[in-house]
Amino acid sequence: MHTPTKIDARPRRRPLLLALTLLATGSSAVARDSGKIGFNHDVLPILAENCFTCHGFDEGKRKADLRLDRREVAIAERDGWRAIVPGKPDESELWARISSQDEDEIMPPLKTGKQLTAAERETLRQWIEQGAPYEPHWAYVAPQDIEPPVVRGSSSAIDRFVRARLRDERVSPSPEADRATLLRRVSLDLTGLPPSPLEVDAFLHDARPDAYDRVVQRLLASEHFGERWARWWLDLAHYADSDGYLQDFLRPVAYRYRDWLVEAFNRDLSFDRFTIEQLAGDLLPQPTTAQRIATGFLRNTLSNREGGADLEEFRVKQVIDRTTMVATTWLGLTVGCAQCHDHKFDAISQREFYRLNAFFNGADEVNIAAPLVGEMEPWSRAKEIYDAKRRELLTPFAEPLAEMQREWEERLRDAETNPTAEFAWLRALEVLGLTWGQGFGEGQLEGVNIVKTPPDQRTPDESERLQDYFLRHPAAIHQVKFKELKVAEIVSKLEALKKGLPPLSRAPSIVETKQQRGSYIHLRGDYLRRGDEVKPGTPAALPELRGEGPADRLALARWLVSPGHPLTARVTVNRLWQELFGRGIVPSSENFGVRGDRPSHPELLDWLALEFQRRRWSVKEMLRLIVTSQTYRQSAQARPDLLMRDPQNALLARQVRRRLSAEAVRDSALAVSGLLTRTIGGPSVRPPQPESVSQEGFANKWESSGGADRYRRGLYTFLQRTSPFAQFVTFDLPDLSRSCARRENSNTPLQALNLLNDPMFMEAARALVARVQREAPDQETQRFEQAFRLALARTPTPAESRRLLAYLHEQKASYAADPKSAGELLAENRLAGSAAESAAWVALASVLLNLDEFINRD
Amino acid sequence: MHGLPSPSLSRRDFLSRSAHGFGAMALWQLLSREGFTAPAAAGLRGTHFAARAKRVIFIFMAGGPSHLDLLDPKPKMAALHGTPMPESLSPAKKSATGGVLETVMASPRTFARYGQSGIEFSDLLPHTGAMADELCLIRSMHGEQANHDPAQLLLNCGTPLFGNPSVGSWVNYGLGSVSQNMPGYVVLLSNSGKGVDAGSALWGSGFMPSTHRGVTFRSAGDPILHLSNPPGITTAAQRARVDVLRDLNALRRRDSGDPEIDSRIASYELAFRMQSAAPELVDFSKETAATKALYGLDREVTRPFGTNCLLARRMIERDVRFVQLFHSTWDDHSDLNKNIQINCEMTDLPAAGLIKDLKQRGLLDDTLVVWAGEFGRTPMGEVRRGSTAGKEGRDHHPNAFSVWMAGGGVKRGHVHGRTDDFGFNVVENPVHVHDFQATLLHLLGIDHERLTYRHAGRDYRLTDVSGKVVNEILL
Repeated sequence: MHTPTKIDARPRRRPLLLALTLLATGSSAVARDSGKIGFNHDVLPILAENCFTCHGFDEGKRKADLRLDRREVAIAERDGWRAIVPGKPDESELWARISSQDEDEIMPPLKTGKQLTAAERETLRQWIEQGAPYEPHWAYVAPQDIEPPVVRGSSSAIDRFVRARLRDERVSPSPEADRATLLRRVSLDLTGLPPSPLEVDAFLHDARPDAYDRVVQRLLASEHFGERWARWWLDLAHYADSDGYLQDFLRPVAYRYRDWLVEAFNRDLSFDRFTIEQLAGDLLPQPTTAQRIATGFLRNTLSNREGGADLEEFRVKQVIDRTTMVATTWLGLTVGCAQCHDHKFDAISQREFYRLNAFFNGADEVNIAAPLVGEMEPWSRAKEIYDAKRRELLTPFAEPLAEMQREWEERLRDAETNPTAEFAWLRALEVLGLTWGQGFGEGQLEGVNIVKTPPDQRTPDESERLQDYFLRHPAAIHQVKFKELKVAEIVSKLEALKKGLPPLSRAPSIVETKQQRGSYIHLRGDYLRRGDEVKPGTPAALPELRGEGPADRLALARWLVSPGHPLTARVTVNRLWQELFGRGIVPSSENFGVRGDRPSHPELLDWLALEFQRRRWSVKEMLRLIVTSQTYRQSAQARPDLLMRDPQNALLARQVRRRLSAEAVRDSALAVSGLLTRTIGGPSVRPPQPESVSQEGFANKWESSGGADRYRRGLYTFLQRTSPFAQFVTFDLPDLSRSCARRENSNTPLQALNLLNDPMFMEAARALVARVQREAPDQETQRFEQAFRLALARTPTPAESRRLLAYLHEQKASYAADPKSAGELLAENRLAGSAAESAAWVALASVLLNLDEFINRD
Repeated sequence: MHGLPSPSLSRRDFLSRSAHGFGAMALWQLLSREGFTAPAAAGLRGTHFAARAKRVIFIFMAGGPSHLDLLDPKPKMAALHGTPMPESLSPAKKSATGGVLETVMASPRTFARYGQSGIEFSDLLPHTGAMADELCLIRSMHGEQANHDPAQLLLNCGTPLFGNPSVGSWVNYGLGSVSQNMPGYVVLLSNSGKGVDAGSALWGSGFMPSTHRGVTFRSAGDPILHLSNPPGITTAAQRARVDVLRDLNALRRRDSGDPEIDSRIASYELAFRMQSAAPELVDFSKETAATKALYGLDREVTRPFGTNCLLARRMIERDVRFVQLFHSTWDDHSDLNKNIQINCEMTDLPAAGLIKDLKQRGLLDDTLVVWAGEFGRTPMGEVRRGSTAGKEGRDHHPNAFSVWMAGGGVKRGHVHGRTDDFGFNVVENPVHVHDFQATLLHLLGIDHERLTYRHAGRDYRLTDVSGKVVNEILL
């Protein structure tokens, strides 16, 4: 019986040609020749794909009490039969069942739609014959230090690994890309911005042997480097400038974390420190403000501030999200499934998930005072006056107010311990927890945590903030008293006083909760259904959490970057690689688990992971190492000999063309036209976008930024979760509600409409013309070449020139005959020359900004 | 394992990489005119078996419309109104959002039988009732998610978690788009004052390429973003831009050898065609006054939802495969009787008008219309702070709720499944949300167990690991 055709438009992960199968499983031709079956390379993918759903790790789904992921169970004696009898396929039930012709007997069962190929069956048979040896999953074993093979003409370790493999496969590498292409590639890859014609010229004419190394050095030192790599990390953090959920309140200070990232990449903060500060900066001894802002990584979970939401429900959700994002980001493991059930394929049980979860269960949200340069002094001065006036204002009512607040706090605390007693007080508690700092991106539980802190242990700031809240939220039992005391008047006077205080910027951070809070397994992921209590711990398949001190976030962070950890360094270098080659050495960069893809170059991956640590976890050094390799510098030219053999470029016999990211498409248009504002950092901005999108967000009006803020890099565009910036969505901005390790690169008519018709891109076209008029002599050929070079960083070919100039002339004639359209196209025209001429140039410039080459890097 | 080796691997590979979703069919049609062969031989996109429905109009009623006051009459509750609920069904509990739920609340509405089928509908749904003989009403729906986000995600995306593709994305991915100049999956929104809780994730493509996500047509300005030429670019000038881009991109294609550029060229052609097709789509001037009245365009209260219903019909006429209407919100924790009336006034007539219009145009036979919310509501009245007698609401209730379908291969004038005397639990023919989804895919000719998408190392399905087709409701 044939397996029914799957409606599946994606390329097969396991391609059908033998050569490709070898590539995909990562086993070398040599290993295959020896006839030795490798468990990880050959057997495990077959078992994981076909058997583990019912005979794997997940206890709930296990059939016949048989698991094939554990050798001792698979070979165990059971009522006269054994699934596997090592060395004896004919006595093994596994072999009998997979080779059975009987529809009721055959494994996998027909109804699963899965079917083993003859080759797969044979692999399993030989493996049993060879004694059915098991090996631990490759990614859970520490990277091996392997000497790179010697390859003539290659000195760097990367090239030696890649070229040795090419040599074995009898595939030749591609020649180096031409200099202009290479410069545009490395500029976009390292800084997200295209090179200027001056930079191109300088590189083309630099005859020194280290000309390219100097370019790389310049780019790594550019402050735009940090912007580009911060955006890379923000995908994992699923950063946004708003809460999410229906009302999607703003988080006006979320950007402080983003700015921390830019700065961290620019000063090349070592990746181990980078990890520790983001996960546990607050737990370091005497943490700096910057280290506390780093924990803003954990503040990118969604916040539900709706009055109707349940406080504990969304808190549990946030903690689970934090666990999931940390696992995806550092471990390259998709553990999300384990929140509801044992992971079917990977050795992460539900209990282990919740043990990981327990590290974050005590992490509460808090915003801290994080003054920007120059803010502190004027604020302190004004605060003294404010404090005095505040005292003056409140003193006459101090006693009754304090009495009422004491009662209010007590009732709230009671409501928490005894939630069913009085509904009104439970609501009051929930509202305090939910709406605290709404619209300011403040930590939600902060209000509740202050109430639960004994008054004499509160900071002055906490006391003041809680009092402010209390005065603005009179409880039902106090309403009469509040009226008598005219509290509303006091509040408005306080409000007026506050206006005299200059701003003191705050930033999102994390603090370990002061409350005792047990961590539990949540059955089916339901926050109400608590299973066993669990203690923080790491999955058994991974190294143990060692060292003294409590098993807290700091310990977890240190564990992630400890020597010998099998995942963190591999996962990270793989993602750097993915950014530079369009595909990781492990293509499923979000999943290093049993069901993830296998590395195309396992030795190279291990070498890179160890080298990363040898180079003190320097991201810049790793990037330098990769972009200066021959492998990176190859031409991206498609090769007929590889089209069938290696369409995914797993062998790395060439570079690949890649579409620019959503942000880079915008940044490039702004950069080449000269519009780009190059300011680094600061609050997010709102460039103009179609009104129908700006009205989409719930009660969050999109007031377009003016002046230079219209032209900031895409990194700084305000990200509203419920209606993200339209052009970014069109160009595959990932869903902002979850970590994304790998962006899609789609190619759609909506993108064409965007580039053709978006006023922003037309504005860039006009600016490009104005720039060319400024920079090039008033001569058609020179202006044309300058425009072309600005857009694509190379000179046009004769065929390109002919076609584009013909278009220019044709447009000139059309616009001469249609002055109205010419006027409209030019808008507030400040261009030299006749309207028809200028309009034709603008049309030409818009064509350049629409070229496939413009939005790709070769 | 993945089917038979295909003789045209490179072509399939090319298509699959270049023609995701939106406009994919149009793309290969376009290419086939230029000498390629259609991918049918490669089995790229097609159905598993004959489809009963060629397209879907999915009306999602967000917030949880009350089955007890609309579609599932419970006359025995009248005598028990105000008395405690039977312990066996429900001990008093705190509601999902904090109200108090203790006593039985009989429906303040009356029910009547309609049509030859005699199906009972609430007095709030006279127009839907009038179409009773066309409808297949399922009174035994159930899920397990009691909050909006997860329940809406479950119904629309097959899992309570964020990040998975919506049913429209699955259909679009599985079947491709047939339209030459429209997206295959379009989303239209209307509301009675509040948006949809789980938001755009409900029509998102999750881990699939973003081209499979629902394209939101907008009520104001361009129905699709950047559909109009910029000022100063005439149609001829636009054509000239697309032409010169085609030539330049073709040169680049030749020099770089990158087949993805073919797809870029095709996307510009499609974009250009959409520019002329979309304005015509939203131009109702050729619709008769009678048709407009059928959808309630002549009355303010029905106009927003009615416009979307009419747009939906015009879209499927133009080969859009999956149109999804979102109307919110039915989340009536208090003052249910009044709020439910508002939503029914807005939607009853246009939804019925849509069925009528599809039928008279011969479109109903192969168009599946679905009306569903994410859950039902409790038989207990919910008393919130300050709510007085007669202003009670009902709480979320995933144990039992009602949905209806029409056309596209489902039985007409048919009721499937039954709940107990309180509409609390399903007692006959339960239909889980995954069964409902399996059935929907089945009607489109898709085996829900075989429509898979590989992500992060595993094959995902809309129906997760469960779901069975409800054969009893199929024609």
